[in-house]
Amino acid sequence: MSFLKRHSRLEKNATLLLIMSLLVVTVGGIVEIAPLFYLQNTVEKVKGMRPYTPLELAGRDIYIREGCYACHSQMIRPFRDEVERYGHYSLAAESMYDHSFQWGSKRTGPDLARVGQRYSNEWHVQHLIEPRAVVPESVMPSYAFLKDRPLDTKGIAAHLIANRRVGVPYTDEMIANAEADMKAQADPDADVSGLEARYPKARAANFDGNKQALTEMDAMVAYLQMLGTLVDFSTYDEAAGRR
Amino acid sequence: MKYGTEIVFSAILTLIALLGAAFAVDDAFRYHMLIAVVLLGGFTIALMRKEDFVPAGPVDDTRYMDGPIRYGVIATVFWGVVGFLAGVLVAAQLAFPDLNLEPWLNFGRLRPLHTSGVVFAFGGNILIASSFYVVQRTCRTRLFGGNLAWFVFWGYQLFIVMAATGYLLGITQSREYAEPEWYVDLWLTIVWVVYLFIFMGTVLRRKEPHIYVANWFYMSFIITIAMLHVLNNLAVPVSFVGSKSYSAFSGVQDAVTQWWYGHNAVAFFLTIPFLAMMYYFVPKQVNRPIYSYRLSIVHFWSIIFLYIWAGPHHLHYTAVPDWAQTLGMVFSIMLWMPSWGGMINGLMTLSGRWDLIRTDPIVRLMVAAIAFYGMATFEGPMLSIKSVNALSHYTDWTIAHVHAGALGWNGMITFAAVYFLTPKLWGRERLYSVRMVNWHFWLATLGIVLYASSMWVSGIMQGLMWREYDSQGFLVYSFVETVAAMHPYYVMRVTGGLFYLTGGFLMAWNVYQTIRGRVRDETPMGAPAPAAGAAVQPAE
Ligand code: HEM
Ligand code: HEM
Repeated sequence: MSFLKRHSRLEKNATLLLIMSLLVVTVGGIVEIAPLFYLQNTVEKVKGMRPYTPLELAGRDIYIREGCYACHSQMIRPFRDEVERYGHYSLAAESMYDHSFQWGSKRTGPDLARVGQRYSNEWHVQHLIEPRAVVPESVMPSYAFLKDRPLDTKGIAAHLIANRRVGVPYTDEMIANAEADMKAQADPDADVSGLEARYPKARAANFDGNKQALTEMDAMVAYLQMLGTLVDFSTYDEAAGRR
Repeated sequence: MKYGTEIVFSAILTLIALLGAAFAVDDAFRYHMLIAVVLLGGFTIALMRKEDFVPAGPVDDTRYMDGPIRYGVIATVFWGVVGFLAGVLVAAQLAFPDLNLEPWLNFGRLRPLHTSGVVFAFGGNILIASSFYVVQRTCRTRLFGGNLAWFVFWGYQLFIVMAATGYLLGITQSREYAEPEWYVDLWLTIVWVVYLFIFMGTVLRRKEPHIYVANWFYMSFIITIAMLHVLNNLAVPVSFVGSKSYSAFSGVQDAVTQWWYGHNAVAFFLTIPFLAMMYYFVPKQVNRPIYSYRLSIVHFWSIIFLYIWAGPHHLHYTAVPDWAQTLGMVFSIMLWMPSWGGMINGLMTLSGRWDLIRTDPIVRLMVAAIAFYGMATFEGPMLSIKSVNALSHYTDWTIAHVHAGALGWNGMITFAAVYFLTPKLWGRERLYSVRMVNWHFWLATLGIVLYASSMWVSGIMQGLMWREYDSQGFLVYSFVETVAAMHPYYVMRVTGGLFYLTGGFLMAWNVYQTIRGRVRDETPMGAPAPAAGAAVQPAE
């Protein structure tokens, strides 16, 4: 009965009980999470990753705002069927600039980790306006209002700054040009050399097909069209990336 | 003055919200702050109207403080109905997508409204209310901190409404079960710290030498949720007058932190404090001591230790390092033991009184809840096995598991607690209708069976369809064919949800009538039908 006796000390001392229970629950977290921040091989080194362009970042914020992650994952698991359906399995490095990550936990709709460049811009716009016009069996809600909402361009620099504070390597130059880059990327006639120098592989287009206005639809489609397109898998070393 | 400080505090908050609205950098934040102004302003005015300028009399310290608990019970019932309604709505949207009303009532915005509504509003209110009830009774002392208990109650409701309206406005961090943005998180932190302060203060001035086991579970719940909430919500806001923030972590680290939180929201919100409820209400209702005291000690320490490790089972086969996934799996499987230990401790408390299952529908709710707990904690470790998870992850199988636990365990034990507490808190001899409790039990059970079985079938089917190959080595189904195949099951789930919701309405009616002091004229449960019964009764 000495076990019960010793335990009764805890039962009579509330502070001790509180502290003990807190200590007991911290162990697991420390062992599992802390190493991820300093182990070198947690995130493999790959070529091609860069921060989001201002337009893509705005699109990503809209993706989050609308709760797309509730139905779409962005994490392809290393199984034959997933790789065939969606493309190369997802690498840790591919979400290194994602604050927060968008891996999702439920696939009511298909995975989107590599949806970029699979469909045309027009397809995406059509699909967002009326999903069942292009995929009759789809259960996705419509997001037609995006094409009527002007995109906020003034505030975007502040978003880049906030991202830099949490570790995304946005340079002063990127921040200074944020608004201009945002506008240029959605305008096929603009000079995009600066944008492309700052953000390699950035694609400029009139994403929503509406020349008059820069809308939230532009941002959303720009984001969808870049997903999974940054890493060049022809140069990716499988063995070195093993974790 | 009775509420001097309270009025000043609430007026200052109203002013802060007003300033937030005036200087907002984005529209969503402006609307959100205006909602806060209306709520806080209304609250301030309500307080002022209640104010009288006679010095407040001394508080009778020998009596329990039950006001916030009464409100908490009403809030539980109210948010329960709202949360189930939202659940039925999102379920219907998946079956009939035309029910989406863009932009505010789209599935993506409503789903977190449902999850927060049932977990934090319905669940959270009964946890706060029952913990206040239990800690006073088992410590034989009045709640510590006076009106602070009211602050916790109203502060928590403010958190709920701000979170819910935020989702509809599109304000979210996209972290499951931690969707509210930075300013709502800060508010919850304040409320929570006060909650911990009251709870600990009450335990510290107890008149009983021993701290009853239910209080260990409540204590661990409050302190651990505080830790999880703060660490998972570390973020940098874009502006202090804007709604958007960016998580302090990214990618893999962010995912592991979030699911360390997410899994333990399940553990330390939906399990540990509900076990506390079990440890108090079951012995009370059946009038027997807990089955094994030793087992409760082992149960407590092992379950809180093991649970924290299990987070990575939400991230199997992702880009998270293998060693972390394996650790998560191993600890999840070990969790089966203490979970069933707790179940046994709860169920066996009935030994000698099993007959109550027949005659007392509240006991029936409790037993069903514990049985569903046993089922969910068997299924959970199974789903944590990597090869099983390869099939179940991303599918409705997870949803089936969630709702077997949530509807069966959390829902039913909460209903039992509400039915237990209502007559006691309002000084009624008994509930308005015990037979209605029985109806509620069957409606809820039927709802769960329909919900869980349809989602098990659809989940496993979906998983198998995704990976099916034909003899030539091609994938058999396109993604959208699997979506179409789900339709009949989604309709079935709506039916199950409607049953469950109807039960919720019945409870609301029963509680309302009990509070009004009505008693329904009915034959007691389990009593023999009057005439025929008398004849077969043996002589004394
Ligand atoms: C009337 C009853 C209910 C109905 C019809 C219902 C329906 C739903 C639906 C349709 C979803 C979304 C599933 C998906 O995305 O595929 C969901 C998610 C969820 N519900 Fe319910 N629900 C009900 C009650 C509850 C209760 C009582 C709880 C908790 C106490 C709960 C907790 C959850 C959680 C945690 C999720 C998120 C699951 C995940 O992300 O894996 N639900 N529910
Ligand atoms: C021993 C206990 C348990 C273990 C080991 C366990 C394990 C699991 C696993 C493996 C998943 C699937 C993760 C995925 O593939 O995405 C899951 C999901 C879930 N479980 Fe459990 N479970 C347990 C008990 C419970 C209980 C009692 C509840 C109470 C309601 C619960 C609620 C949930 C929820 C809400 C999710 C969905 C999370 C999400 O994806 O949003 N679990 N659990």
